[in-house]
Amino acid sequence: MKLTLRVWRQRAADTEGAMSTYEVDDISPDMSFLEMLDTLNEDLILRGEDPVAFDHDCREGICGACSLVINGDAHGPERTTTCQLHMRSFADGDTIDVEPWRASAFPVIKDLVVDRSAFDRIIQAGGYITAPTGSAPEAHATAVPKPDADLAFEHAECIGCGACVAACPNGAAMLFTSAKVNHLNVLPQGAPERETRVLDMVARMDEEGFGGCTLAGECATACPKGIPLVSITHMNKEWLRATRKAGKR
Amino acid sequence: MARAVWDSSVGKKTVMAVSGLIMLAYLVVHMLGNLKIFFGSAEFNGYAHWLRTLGEPFLHHEWALWIVRVVLVAAVVAHATAAYQLSRRDIRARPTKYVHTRRRASYATRTMRWGGVILGLFIVWHILDLTTGTVHPNGFQSGHPYQNVIDTFSTWYGNVIYLVAMLALGLHIRHGFWSAAQTLGAGSRTRDRALKAIANALALVLTLGFVSVPVAVMTGVVS
Ligand code: HEM
Ligand code: SF4
Ligand code: FES
Repeated sequence: MKLTLRVWRQRAADTEGAMSTYEVDDISPDMSFLEMLDTLNEDLILRGEDPVAFDHDCREGICGACSLVINGDAHGPERTTTCQLHMRSFADGDTIDVEPWRASAFPVIKDLVVDRSAFDRIIQAGGYITAPTGSAPEAHATAVPKPDADLAFEHAECIGCGACVAACPNGAAMLFTSAKVNHLNVLPQGAPERETRVLDMVARMDEEGFGGCTLAGECATACPKGIPLVSITHMNKEWLRATRKAGKR
Repeated sequence: MARAVWDSSVGKKTVMAVSGLIMLAYLVVHMLGNLKIFFGSAEFNGYAHWLRTLGEPFLHHEWALWIVRVVLVAAVVAHATAAYQLSRRDIRARPTKYVHTRRRASYATRTMRWGGVILGLFIVWHILDLTTGTVHPNGFQSGHPYQNVIDTFSTWYGNVIYLVAMLALGLHIRHGFWSAAQTLGAGSRTRDRALKAIANALALVLTLGFVSVPVAVMTGVVS
């Protein structure tokens, strides 16, 4: 395959960036999108140019490090992570636009790499449980009803990639935050911090400069792990419940 | 607690949802009342007069009407202020557009802000036209709403403003009702289709009900 790439190039956080055009040749349809970028980078290095910086780690769809908005879609045209997107999703001769996640809470560090530490700070605000450390507890000691376990597991699938923020017209982090809140709030292990968790994580989310939810639904369409839009509804319900309880105290 | 609600993006959205639903409930009653115009001037004017005597003798003359007005003004102000502040936050959170853009979310979803502005302007014009008579076209007569309505819909601009606003209203409610259910935590996987159907039905019935009045005046069914 022969492709034309238009890639966002930006030397540093505080410099202006622009789209640059590159031609890549000899691309196999079985390559992943990141392998295709590796090919481009090898070429750039041989020519003595600065390679394109992009985030990646596991390359098997589980770590959440890879990002990239491809032709306007977070993680590209398939519902998966960029590392699991294959070149067979494109046609020979295509022109492909590659841009970084766009949100003021995710500033660009270089080229396609953005700073997602705002997510870490949302987790620090309440995405944990307090439990004694040591050996694993007896598995049957705390019974979890099957529907709750399923719900928690569904939300635990969130890999923190930030595609939801990148796709949202308001740069909102509601889907991510709701996945984390719901994951722990339905479990007995998460019960002691049920109220403070949702209040603190939502407050942190606001402080980090993410936008608000207008229920446009773009986040759930972009999410590679299929976190559903209704997660946000559940989190709203938890937030209202916690606010009522805090008001009574 | 009020402070905590207003300062949170989720809380502010809750204020929008509650104030929006209050206005929506009022509009259903308002639309049904308007349909009385099809039963002639005596019945329509009589209904308007009855609204002023509502709640008597427990309430003083016109008090019920004033209570409704105060609640509605509070709802409009809270709704519009929250909409403005949340929109500012949203735009700040996404300052850079993608080079590669494509159409996203549905029309109703994308037009909530501009549709809301149209509704806000319409509410002001509508009150100045048919409540205070300040901008009424043809000698406003207090206590004769039937004639006033016919005068308004006998001008081309009266019809245009009204029809555009009612289309905007239908779109606003189509996304707004479902959205409010999610904001208040009332949505769920099993209820989603029913909520969307109710939103569409409310939007359609309100728009058709309100629009039927100017159409009837234009076609001479009501004169
Ligand atoms: C003053 C004029 C108005 C403005 C500026 C305005 C603006 C807005 C905006 C920006 C939204 C949020 C849209 C979104 O989340 O995507 C909204 C939601 C809503 N509006 Fe309005 N609107 C106005 C009048 C009305 C009226 C007259 C009604 C009555 C039917 C109404 C009912 C609603 C409802 C139910 C919602 C949903 C709240 C939620 O998402 O939780 N609005 N409005
Ligand atoms: S909710 Fe989905 S899109 Fe958002 S961070 Fe988690 S996995 Fe990524
Ligand atoms: S590189 Fe780990 S999910 Fe893509």
